[in-house]
Amino acid sequence: MNVNEISEFIAAVLMLAGSIMAVISAVGIIRFPDVYTRSHAGTKSSTLAVLLTLLGAFLYFAIAEAFVSVRLLLGILFVFLTAPVAGHLIIRAAYRAHVEMADITIEDELKEVISQKEEEKDQSHLR
Amino acid sequence: MFQVILYFSLLVLSISLVLFLIRIIKGPSTQDRILGLDCIGVTLVGFIGIIMILQETIAYSDIILVLSILAFVGTVAMSKFMERGAVFDRD
Repeated sequence: MNVNEISEFIAAVLMLAGSIMAVISAVGIIRFPDVYTRSHAGTKSSTLAVLLTLLGAFLYFAIAEAFVSVRLLLGILFVFLTAPVAGHLIIRAAYRAHVEMADITIEDELKEVISQKEEEKDQSHLR
Repeated sequence: MFQVILYFSLLVLSISLVLFLIRIIKGPSTQDRILGLDCIGVTLVGFIGIIMILQETIAYSDIILVLSILAFVGTVAMSKFMERGAVFDRD
């Protein structure tokens, strides 16, 4: 096994893992009942899929052509940092807009906390 | 063999793009559509990563950075608009 075959093997394994992870996240986005569980499927596993494919590309170019691309590393770091933040913002907007949860939801703890805070604010306003 | 595996991964990634598109078309709330668009942007970055290996070029690494930045900024702007009714606050 020479260097070229090793780099091709690593890249192929990482690409396959990444694409299968992406299709798992897509199936989760289609099948889950409400927007909160859908974001759970969408943000986490598609972030992992992109990380795997970009890591495969980075390792391929680093081993086969001895070219360490800093821009690819920056891309990996940027996706890793920003994709969960984007999911958090979407879900925060959805909760503020009162998007309904699925029927199988048992408990909504944030609702109790928010109503308690509003009561406290009203009482302090009266005094 | 290596080429076949890469084309197979491209095929699987395009299937997942079609599934995201289905969620964008029929999503009941606007936030579902924003989530689907965000996932499409993130998946396209991986798509370009595979095309980089297929064409044996490093020139697309700029496109990866720009695409991930644009997807993040667009998602933040849309969700802020959905939450407060304005993208830029005036106060």
